[in-house]
Amino acid sequence: MELIEAIRNIAPGATIEEGAIPMVTVAAPQYREVAWKLRNNPELSFDYLICMTGMDWGDSLGVVNLLQSTAHEHKIYLKTFTTNREEPELHTVSDLWETANLNEREVYDFLGIHFINHPDMRRLFLRSDWVGHPLRKDYNADPALNPIRLENDELPDTTPSYEESPDGEIHETRHVIFDGDEYVVNLGPQHPATHGVLHFRVSLDGEIVKKVDVNCGYIHRGIEKMCESLTYPQTLAYTDRLDYLGAHQNRHALCMCIEEALGIEVPERVKYIRTIMDELQRLSSHLLFWSCLCMDMGALTAFLYGFRDREKVLDILETTTGGRLIQNYNVIGGVMDDIHPDSVKKIKELIKYLPPMLKEYNTLYTGNIIAQQRLKHIGILKREDAITYGVTGPTGRASGWSCDVRKHTPYGVYDKVDFKEILYTEGDSFARYLQRLDEIMESLHILEQLVDNIPAGDYAVKTKPIIKLPEGHYFKSVEASRGEFGVYIESRGDKYPYRMKFRSPCLPLVSVVDLLARGGKIADLIAIGGTLDYVVPDVDR
Amino acid sequence: MKYEDFKDNESLEALAQELRANGTNVFVGCLDNFINWARSNSMWPLTFATSCCGIEFMAIGAARYDFARFGFEVTRNSPRQADFIMVAGTIVHKMAPVLKRLYDQMAEPKYVVAVGGCATSGGPFKNSYHVVQGVDKIIPVDVYIPGCPPRPEALLYGMMQLQRKVKVEKFFGGRNKKEKKNQETE
Repeated sequence: MELIEAIRNIAPGATIEEGAIPMVTVAAPQYREVAWKLRNNPELSFDYLICMTGMDWGDSLGVVNLLQSTAHEHKIYLKTFTTNREEPELHTVSDLWETANLNEREVYDFLGIHFINHPDMRRLFLRSDWVGHPLRKDYNADPALNPIRLENDELPDTTPSYEESPDGEIHETRHVIFDGDEYVVNLGPQHPATHGVLHFRVSLDGEIVKKVDVNCGYIHRGIEKMCESLTYPQTLAYTDRLDYLGAHQNRHALCMCIEEALGIEVPERVKYIRTIMDELQRLSSHLLFWSCLCMDMGALTAFLYGFRDREKVLDILETTTGGRLIQNYNVIGGVMDDIHPDSVKKIKELIKYLPPMLKEYNTLYTGNIIAQQRLKHIGILKREDAITYGVTGPTGRASGWSCDVRKHTPYGVYDKVDFKEILYTEGDSFARYLQRLDEIMESLHILEQLVDNIPAGDYAVKTKPIIKLPEGHYFKSVEASRGEFGVYIESRGDKYPYRMKFRSPCLPLVSVVDLLARGGKIADLIAIGGTLDYVVPDVDR
Repeated sequence: MKYEDFKDNESLEALAQELRANGTNVFVGCLDNFINWARSNSMWPLTFATSCCGIEFMAIGAARYDFARFGFEVTRNSPRQADFIMVAGTIVHKMAPVLKRLYDQMAEPKYVVAVGGCATSGGPFKNSYHVVQGVDKIIPVDVYIPGCPPRPEALLYGMMQLQRKVKVEKFFGGRNKKEKKNQETE
C-alpha cells in the first residue's frame, strides 16, 4: 500500500489498478516524466526493467513495462499508450534503462511505434525493406507483400532518429554508427564463434575494438505472433524451441503462468519432478557452455570431455521424457508422464559421477595459464551495468548482482531446498566461467536433496479440454539456464492469448557485447561472447 | 579398335556415348569407383547451424556418436573448403540470402542435407510470417532428415544416405559435364 501511495505522489494523473503487481497507466505526455521519477525516486528506485512488451489494443498502441527495484524488491507495470495508429510516437526511456534500447527497437519493429529521442530507430529483427509491422492486429500477412528476397539487405552506416527540439517539434535526424574512415569487420552471421547466426559489425583500430554493432534477426521465427492464433496447450511447444538449452525451464515458466491464471494448484509430486528436471537441464546447459567456451578458446579436447559428461545427463532426461534436447515434458497442470522408475538411481549415479569430472575440468583447463590470460580481467561487467542492461542469470551474478529468481521469488520446491546463490564480484570473463562451474556443483547439491524425497501422488491434475484464461494480464518468471525467463500473457477471456510475450534472458546478454568488448582486442570478443553464453534463437524469438 | 580410328572424332564420341550410356566403362569406371570411394569417405561438412538441430550436430561430433567413423570429422569453417552443408535449423527470410551465398561459395561438387522439420518444410514454424518453408525453396537439397530435432542416429543415417548418393555418381561422366554445359548455355 505504501508503494501505491508513493506512486500516487509522483504521478497524480496516473490510474492505478491494484493486484499482485500493480498496473500504473499514464498518458503518453507524462510517460517519460513518471518513468524518470520511478527510476530516480529513492523510495521507489525501479532500476531494473524486466520486460518491455509492445501492445496493440485495437484502438491504441502502447507499451507495458515491468519494472523491479533491486533494493526494495517491489514490482509494478508501467503502461502507456497512444491512439494515433498512423504515426504512433512515444518518448524513449532508453536513457533510464539501457535494456530499453534494444527493447524499443523491437517494439518499433513489431508495432511501428517511433520512440522520440531514441538514438537508433532501426528495425531490430526484420529486414529494412520489410512491409508492415507484424504484431499489429491489422497486419497483412500476404506472402506476396514479403516474398523470400535473395538479394542482400544493405546495412546502413547511419541510423534514423526522431528528436524533439526544445519547442516540442519532432524532426528526423541521422546518427552515424561508422564513419567512412573506419575499418569495419563483419563477424557473422555465419561464424562458429558467434554460437549461431548473430551478426556483429566490429570497428577496429589495429587489433583494438572501437565499437560493436549487433545485428539480430537471422533466426527470428515470429513465435510471439504465432502464439496469438494458437490455443494455450499448443503454445507450450514453442517455449522449448526458444532457448533449447533451457527447454524445460522455459516451458515451466509458461505452464506456471497459465496455471496461476487458472488458479490450478499442482500436486507436490509435480513440483518435485519439475524442479529436478530444471536442474538437470541446467547441468546439461552449463556442461555445454564449458565445452563450447573451451573449444572457442582453442581447446578442442575439452569439448569432447564436456560432451561425454553431458550425454550422461541427457540419458536421464531421455529415459523419462523420450527427448534429448527438447523434451516437451511439462503440460498445463503437471507433467506429461510420471518419471521413469530408473531415474532416481541414475540421478544418484550422476551425483557421484560429476564432481570428479569437474576436478578433471579444472586440471585440464581452469588452471591453464593461457586460459587464465585470455579470461581474467577481460570484458568486465560492473554490477550497476548488469542491472541497467537487465543482464541476469550466471552472467549477472558473476558481477555481484543477486538476481536468482529461485531465491527471490521461489517456485517449484526451491523454497524447501538448501542452496547457495553463488556470487562473484569481479564481473570478468573468468568470473563468469567459474560461476557456471560452481553452479553445476550447486545444482548437484539441489538434486541430492530432492531425489530421495519425491512424494507420492499424481503427476498431473485434470484440466478442462478447452482452456480459457480469465481476462487480465499475467507474468511469471523462472531462473532459466541463462537468466530470468519470463512470460507475459494478456488475455481477453478467449482460448487464444491476446498477446504472449517472452522475456528472453539472452537479448540483454547480446546488448552488453558492445560495452564489454570496447577497448579490448578482437580475440577477446570471442572470449566475451563465449562466457556470456547467449543462445541466438532466444534472442530473436 | 583400328589405329586410324583415333583420328576420327566422331567414332570416339560415339564410343564415349556408348560407354556413358551403359555405365560399364572398365578403365574410367574403375577410376570413378576409386574417386567415389575416396570422396564419400571424406565428406567435410560446413560448420553451419542456426538453431536446435545444431546442438545435435555438435553431439555427433563428440565422442559418443563420433562421425569421424564415417569420415565427416573435419568440419570446415569456410564454405570454400566444405563438401556439403548441413542446414541444421530454421531458415528465416533474413537468413535466406546468406544461406544462398554460402551455397554459391562452396566448390563443386557440393551437397545439401536438410536437417530437421524446419529445414525440410518449415516444421513447427510453418505458419510464421518470417520462416522459409523448407530450404528447397532456395537451394537444391540432396537428403532430408526428419525430426525435431532428429536424434544423432538419424543424423548419421542421413549422412550415410548422402555417402550412398556420392558412391553412385560418375565423376568423369554425367555430373561435371552436365554442369559445364549448363554454364555454357547460361
